[in-house]
Amino acid sequence: MSSVMSIHPSGPAAVSEPPRNLLQRFSDRLYLQPRLLLLLLLTPPLLWFGSVYIASLLALLWQGLYTFDDFTMLVSDTLTLSNYVQLFDAANFDIIVRTLLMALSVSVFSALIAFPVAYYMARYASGKTKAFFYLAVMLPMWTSYIVKAYAWTLLLAQEGVTHWFIELLHLTPVLNWLLSLPGIGGNTLSTSNLGRFLVFTYIWLPFMILPIQASLERLPPSLLQASSDLGATPAKTFRHVILPLSVPGIAAGSIFTFSLTLGDYIVPQLVGPPGLFLGSMVYVQQGSIGNMPMAAAFTLVPIVLIAVYLSIVKRMGAFDAL
Amino acid sequence: MTNAVEFIHTSRRFGDVTAVDQVSLKIAEGEFFSMLGPSGSGKTTCLRLIAGFEQPDDGQIVIHGRDATGLPPYQRNVNTVFQDYALFPHMNVIDNIAYGLMVKGVAKKERLARAQEALELVALKDHGSRKPAQLSGGQRQRIALARALVNRPKVLLLDEPLGALDLKLREQMQSELKRLQRQLGITFVFVTHDQTEALSMSDRVAVFNQGRIEQLDTPQNLYNRPATEFVASFVGSANVVRGELAQQLAAVDAFTVRPEFVSLNDSTNTVSLDGTVTDIQYQGANTRIEVEVGPGIIIAALQPNVLHALASGSAFNSAPDDSTEQALPVIGSAVRIGWQPEAMVALQTAAVSPTNTEITTESAGA
Repeated sequence: MSSVMSIHPSGPAAVSEPPRNLLQRFSDRLYLQPRLLLLLLLTPPLLWFGSVYIASLLALLWQGLYTFDDFTMLVSDTLTLSNYVQLFDAANFDIIVRTLLMALSVSVFSALIAFPVAYYMARYASGKTKAFFYLAVMLPMWTSYIVKAYAWTLLLAQEGVTHWFIELLHLTPVLNWLLSLPGIGGNTLSTSNLGRFLVFTYIWLPFMILPIQASLERLPPSLLQASSDLGATPAKTFRHVILPLSVPGIAAGSIFTFSLTLGDYIVPQLVGPPGLFLGSMVYVQQGSIGNMPMAAAFTLVPIVLIAVYLSIVKRMGAFDAL
Repeated sequence: MTNAVEFIHTSRRFGDVTAVDQVSLKIAEGEFFSMLGPSGSGKTTCLRLIAGFEQPDDGQIVIHGRDATGLPPYQRNVNTVFQDYALFPHMNVIDNIAYGLMVKGVAKKERLARAQEALELVALKDHGSRKPAQLSGGQRQRIALARALVNRPKVLLLDEPLGALDLKLREQMQSELKRLQRQLGITFVFVTHDQTEALSMSDRVAVFNQGRIEQLDTPQNLYNRPATEFVASFVGSANVVRGELAQQLAAVDAFTVRPEFVSLNDSTNTVSLDGTVTDIQYQGANTRIEVEVGPGIIIAALQPNVLHALASGSAFNSAPDDSTEQALPVIGSAVRIGWQPEAMVALQTAAVSPTNTEITTESAGA
């Protein structure tokens, strides 16, 4: 009888499994209890996020309530709202408005020039052309941001390539007219708001192109065919189908360009007219003056501005597709 | 009478592949016309040529007597129901339906009224404010139909519109489509790979294979008088007999006989063959019996299953009773199969040779 059992592999002895080791039992447990797996995976990043990011941010904002003594240059932990109130002083408010306007115009202009590139990448380019475009968009991000900003100060200088090239095209009168405009102009491109705007747009453009490209890539071609099938000219298809469906991409891109411009303190120092930006103001308060409470108060501004911006973008339906 | 759509020696190539190869056909006004074929046979490209998403490389497309070659889709009075429905996800149902009227500049009040009318036509009048994502597949299908019909197109193009639906819904939509077509009198051009669908709905069917039309006929003729082996085996199931046996039985190079015309051990058959049963498949309504009549030559016979339980006395006799089972042969047993001579349909053999191989051998010879 026992010999028969050993011949047939389907006998009960063959069915019983070999004992499982600890690691196998652990992975069985995780498979059967997905919540446990989730807990294990999420705890470290959430701890990191909570302590390193949220807690330190709150600590920073709390410091904005401390008092700075102008004479002794010392910080005391007497709580006061005066730092936050001072944000609305004319000089400080100027900085906020200047930064905000720059962030908005950089976002709008980036969206305008990013869209055609993103559209071409998503709908027409394929294979090597697409790889080339990805590379061309990302390549500038591989270079140090400060190197690029410095390079632009030279490119935009009076003796720089840009001025030379504009002269070559006999467009110097146009440039001079642009530079004579109040608010935009200056002596040269590198000391004008126009120049600063160009550098910001250049640096943040990839952050606008990629999200728009991603949103256009998700657009099924049959929707565009359906639109033209129903009698819409390409212009109408763009207005009623392509543009509304790419709003999430534009919004995501503009969140990058907007917040990055809002917090930048290098470009405003290197290119453009004198006058502080939010970032450089924080830098000056904290680094040069040692007025930590005022610097902390200033950090609230971009947080509030971005929160307002996000709520506007949300109202536009940018997150409906998420 | 003008034709709704006419193809005149129309070809469309994608690189080396000829998707549509010198196709000429005429679709009459008010007709329910189907294009049937396996995937890659060129049927969908033909539909896209009518819609204007593709332009012919050779030949012409004429829509209602007007040369449409070179016209973009938005200048053609035809509308398409897409396979994936292609509803605009950011618009609600009523705006989706009114889209065609909106881009043509119809006033808001009128276009909403007409969209509501179209919504009622497809029996979804209360769903106007929903978003497409909130609808089931069958409902999306109807909205896509309403969105096309609201423009009162001269020709409605349907690109495998029932492909994504389950069987029950598909059957329901088939009769509904047929009803709408009769009611509105619009020419329907229906693309499908499902032969049952094509046979049950169409006035005429064009069977596509490798970019060409194999046969263009009524459903009855396609099934009863298939012209080629491809049509015989693609439309329904068919036994195809070739070579020596075909010469011996029917004096032709190849013929086909439908399995339901083949019977077992029937003395009234005038054509008969001896063979061995190789397989028996129970299919619900029928039983399919495969019989090998020569080395590698299998002929299938289809026998309707009759209700034997009733004959044995009790309709509720649930216990299987071997004595009441239908008298089926067992696998491996010898049987005599046969059919009536009129069941045999001679096939053209020349048209079956694949066009692509022809092209390559020609170019290789040159």
